[in-house]
Amino acid sequence: MEAAAGGGCGSGPPLLLSEGEQQCYSELFARCAAAGAAGGGPGSGPPEAARAVPSAATAAAGPVADLFRASQLPAETLHQITELCGAKRVGYFGPTQFYIALKLIAAAQSGLPVRIESIKCELPLPRFLMSKTDAEIRFGNPTELHGTKVQIPYLITEKNTFKRMDDEDKQETQSPTMSPLASPPSSPPHYQRVPLSHAYGKLRSNTEQMHPAPYEARQPLVQPEGPSSGAPGTKPPRHQASLIRSFSVEREPQDNNSNYPDEPWRITEEQREYYVNQFRSLQPDPSSFISGSVAKNFFTKSKLSIPELSYIWELSDADCDGALTLPEFCAAFHLIVARKNGYPLPEGLPPTLQTEYLQAAFPKPKRECALFDSYSESMPANQQPRDLNRMEKLSVKDMADFPVPTQDVTSDDKQGLKSTADEALAKDVSEDPATSKDSNSLKARPRSRSYSSTSIEEAMKRGEDPPTPPPRPQKTHSRASSLDLNKVFQPNVPATKSGLLPPPPALPPRPCPSQSEQAPEAEIHPQLNRAPSQAAESSPAKKDIPYSQPPSKPIRRKFRPENPATENQDTSTAVGGPASAATVKPHAAVQKQSSKQKKAIQTAIRKNKEANAVLARLNSELQQQLKEVHQERIALENQLEQLRPVTVL
Amino acid sequence: MRVRSCDSLVLVVRVLRGRVLVVCAHGADPRHLSCRHPFLQNYPLYIRSAPTENELKFHYMVHTSLDVVDEKISAMGKALVDQRELYLGLLYPTEDYKVYGYVTNSKVKFVMVVDSSNTALRDNEIRSMFRKLHNSYTDVMCNPFYNPGDRIQSRAFDSMVTSMMIQVC
Repeated sequence: MEAAAGGGCGSGPPLLLSEGEQQCYSELFARCAAAGAAGGGPGSGPPEAARAVPSAATAAAGPVADLFRASQLPAETLHQITELCGAKRVGYFGPTQFYIALKLIAAAQSGLPVRIESIKCELPLPRFLMSKTDAEIRFGNPTELHGTKVQIPYLITEKNTFKRMDDEDKQETQSPTMSPLASPPSSPPHYQRVPLSHAYGKLRSNTEQMHPAPYEARQPLVQPEGPSSGAPGTKPPRHQASLIRSFSVEREPQDNNSNYPDEPWRITEEQREYYVNQFRSLQPDPSSFISGSVAKNFFTKSKLSIPELSYIWELSDADCDGALTLPEFCAAFHLIVARKNGYPLPEGLPPTLQTEYLQAAFPKPKRECALFDSYSESMPANQQPRDLNRMEKLSVKDMADFPVPTQDVTSDDKQGLKSTADEALAKDVSEDPATSKDSNSLKARPRSRSYSSTSIEEAMKRGEDPPTPPPRPQKTHSRASSLDLNKVFQPNVPATKSGLLPPPPALPPRPCPSQSEQAPEAEIHPQLNRAPSQAAESSPAKKDIPYSQPPSKPIRRKFRPENPATENQDTSTAVGGPASAATVKPHAAVQKQSSKQKKAIQTAIRKNKEANAVLARLNSELQQQLKEVHQERIALENQLEQLRPVTVL
Repeated sequence: MRVRSCDSLVLVVRVLRGRVLVVCAHGADPRHLSCRHPFLQNYPLYIRSAPTENELKFHYMVHTSLDVVDEKISAMGKALVDQRELYLGLLYPTEDYKVYGYVTNSKVKFVMVVDSSNTALRDNEIRSMFRKLHNSYTDVMCNPFYNPGDRIQSRAFDSMVTSMMIQVC
């Protein structure tokens, strides 16, 4: 069968197939045809097919498409290949077309342009990476078929991946030693720069270095390096071919235990690091989130179309609040990367990209992000921290698509968050209260919106400052003991303001026996504001000549800062017992205090009356204003009634 | 700042059993008449109908119902927005169809046309449908890549509307 198939490709462009290639291709073709036949008949071919179809008929389109997809090439490349190989022209995949297509796939995977000329060179075998289950399902048990050789390419790939990843010193992107995929002018022009190419530089180095090992045929393919390694232009072409392979290949070993069919949607550790780094460049706090406008600017630089970005956002913003937390951001970024590499966007968010999964799978990065600024201390899970660090630095310099925003962005963040809140509020009828951001369950998507962290924090901060307590009522107690506090407190204000008062002016000498006590007490209590109280009590003082006021005052003032003590003092004095130990309390002082209290009461009464008068005046004014406002309101309502049109029902 | 306050969303659903559901959201802020092109007002953001025959008829009906919506809005008068209910209720009944309206605070209008034979649909069901629409619309708005005034191409919105149409009929 091989020979016949090999011979059947004589028509069309001269196709030189090496032996290995011939065998490989015929295997694949047979499988496609077989699968197609099993599926319900060979691919229909238009009758105008001039080519003599060999015994293997045609390869069905279904398995062929699957095979091509397994080559991990972008869809557009595959389209090109399909066109070039002539399948579109003839309408089916004959062996010639199939072989040409395979050759073109190999060329594309090597990074050569998808042209007919490419297949003239010697190329390695095309690599089809499929999970084992897929391969088995589609192509039957590989061991049964006599062509086990096809398995070799990707088995070797896997093994090398293992080896390379473990052993190799992760170098930076060293282009001269790399197998050259640099064909800048021919790389599909519509492929934009993959901004994350740098993150995969290490992976690239792995996969590319493993090429030469199994495939010596690559040597003639070494093309001279065009631009320097640092030039961004060379990076994308490399990535077109190897990026998907690299991260899917890398993922295969990881997923050996559990065969996940959705491999492209798994975020590897390195990718995660990169995403987190980008997140932190936009928003320093990894537990906070990026506002919509900031994220929009960022993702727009990836040059995907707006509808696609819109759809990606829809998928990744799980709680639809217009902002991206770290897992959401990683999911969005990952979807963008996947899309740029040709994967069609999924219908729904893949389970490996969902927020809970990401948070559960990578709990460490969230914590560690906060710990270090540079990647000098790597994460234990990350095997190649230093490289990533260096590559990050390189990428920072080189990347033009995703330039690391500068400080103004972080400041814009706050404003962006606020503006998001504002515009979200403005747009919505927002019946939803702003709740915490942690409600990101996809199933029961609560309608709560957390508009921005800053607004919540501000509100909380505002709430934290408790409102000033209502002013305490004047201590107009009936208790005689506390009345003195009024007298004590009121004059204290000027006392405190003026600071340390000089000793009060000398009192007029009181012809009282306590004069002797005055002096020592006056000295003891330098901070006396006797002036006001003197003035207030000058008149009653005369009455209490036998009693010395100052001693009582200083006593009070001494206890000014200790209200309870003062009160106790007062109560005790009121009771009549000997009071504090701080001062000497002659019995005469008690009597003086009682008279003092009377004066205090009277003073307090006077003051209260004044306050009452003031308040009453205020009250009447306010009442008047209220009446006026009422009248205005009535007038306005009347006007409104007149203006309101008669509604017809 | 160019705020396009004229948005409209038309959704026409007609079920195989002959029930018709037209949901349309229009928006026009009369206060901004002066700074808008007249033809930009009240254009549909989203139109959907299940069986697509006679779709134009429903579109026409929806457009005519916009006048009623505007009248209802202005009838609320100069009162504060808070005092105005979002759900406008039955706008007007025709011989075959009933038209319900709902307007948001940002003057985005939703209009729904229901088959009169669909007596099972009660008012609160209509209200809940409008509420769902409104919620989905806010989700669409949250997408920073969505420019207000664009046609709504959100798949989530589409799926929600589809489910609603199916559920009704």
